[in-house]
Amino acid sequence: MAQHQVNYASSAGLPIALTSVDKLVNWGRSNSLWPLTYGLACCAIEMMASGASRYDFDRMGTIFRASPRQADVMILAGTLSKKHAEFARRLYDQMTEPKWVISMGSCANTGGMFNTYATVQGVDRIIPVDIYLPGCAPRPETLQYAMMMLQKKIRRESADMKKNTKQDLTTQTGKRARLI
Amino acid sequence: MRKYVPKDNVQKKAYYTDRFHVVPRVPREEVIDTHFEAVVFNLGEYVKDAYIEIGQLVVHIEATKNFSVLKLLKEQCGYLQCSEQSAVDYLAKDGEFELFWQLLNVNEAKRVRVVCRLANGAAIESIEPLFKSANFAEREMFDMFGIKVNNHPFLKRILMPDDWEGHPLLKTYPLFGDEFASWYEVDKIFGKEYRDIIGPENRDPAKVDRHDTKRFSRVGYEVPFGADISEGETERKIEYSETVLVNYNKKASKTLDERR
Repeated sequence: MAQHQVNYASSAGLPIALTSVDKLVNWGRSNSLWPLTYGLACCAIEMMASGASRYDFDRMGTIFRASPRQADVMILAGTLSKKHAEFARRLYDQMTEPKWVISMGSCANTGGMFNTYATVQGVDRIIPVDIYLPGCAPRPETLQYAMMMLQKKIRRESADMKKNTKQDLTTQTGKRARLI
Repeated sequence: MRKYVPKDNVQKKAYYTDRFHVVPRVPREEVIDTHFEAVVFNLGEYVKDAYIEIGQLVVHIEATKNFSVLKLLKEQCGYLQCSEQSAVDYLAKDGEFELFWQLLNVNEAKRVRVVCRLANGAAIESIEPLFKSANFAEREMFDMFGIKVNNHPFLKRILMPDDWEGHPLLKTYPLFGDEFASWYEVDKIFGKEYRDIIGPENRDPAKVDRHDTKRFSRVGYEVPFGADISEGETERKIEYSETVLVNYNKKASKTLDERR
């Protein structure tokens, strides 16, 4: 019987890859980010352009889904009015874990030019946000960059979502709340 | 010589004001047009005042007579379209609203504006039986000014949420919203006890804090959320994705050009 010295740590030409569970799970999560088809205002036009053939989100595994149950990224693209805030939160609640949020454009980040009574002054008042994307409106490249930053963030995280801290909303009084 | 004034905050006050400036007004002309003369004749005693502004007839009427006047205009004078209807807030000046209806006669290519004054708290008669477009217009008027409309089929807020308090187009309504408006989404989604946790709205559009890494980050100098950057940040090069299957960071051993 022939004796072979097998180096288990390297593939040595065999179709074997060794990795950790965290890396494998995050590889799957980060390379199949499915955003919710959810446009609020003019930023949604740029989001559509990102999904269409010229900028082609599909090549990154980013496929827009028509249902919050199948989506794991929410791109808040545009002005969020106070009337609509309730429904945006409901859609976010309907998404299954793990889920991430990209706040796209000035209006979603801070209320932007709509410094008025009817606009939510930053969507992070109602939904924990992972990536803030500046611009008015951000170009499709910028949204792709945001998506890549989100991928990087996911790869850094633990596969166990309970270990990952979501955004904490800190107040002036120093109290902390976790809006899951 | 002009009196010296400190110029460090010129944006706050007008630097130069013309004491003899008169605000230009749209000229009001006598009703000489044959079509408009016939309209005014048809309306008869309803007309309190009538004149022509920029080729359009303006008719002032009593607020109680609005339905009869619009019915006459529609059935006798051929004004089949009510293109616009709303109100103007003159509460501070006169204690009343100015309501107007903009009518269009497509055959004659003529427009008439019917104007009336309505005391604060009084109700107006709905013209929805005459013009279907008035349905939404009257709802918007109710939403924005709180003017009640009698005999409207479905008088309900149209733009603001149903449980909204206040009427935003009133001159007394603050642009940034009252207390109800500024906490609306927090109260509705989380409840009032979350007001302390989420905190008040930031209404300063120019607020920039370079060291606040919770809200700001520099492209190419990204740091984790909430990191302390008072010592300065280091530049981050573009990193290609590290995957378990393909190593994109590994340089190819041969390039196409060399092979040629």
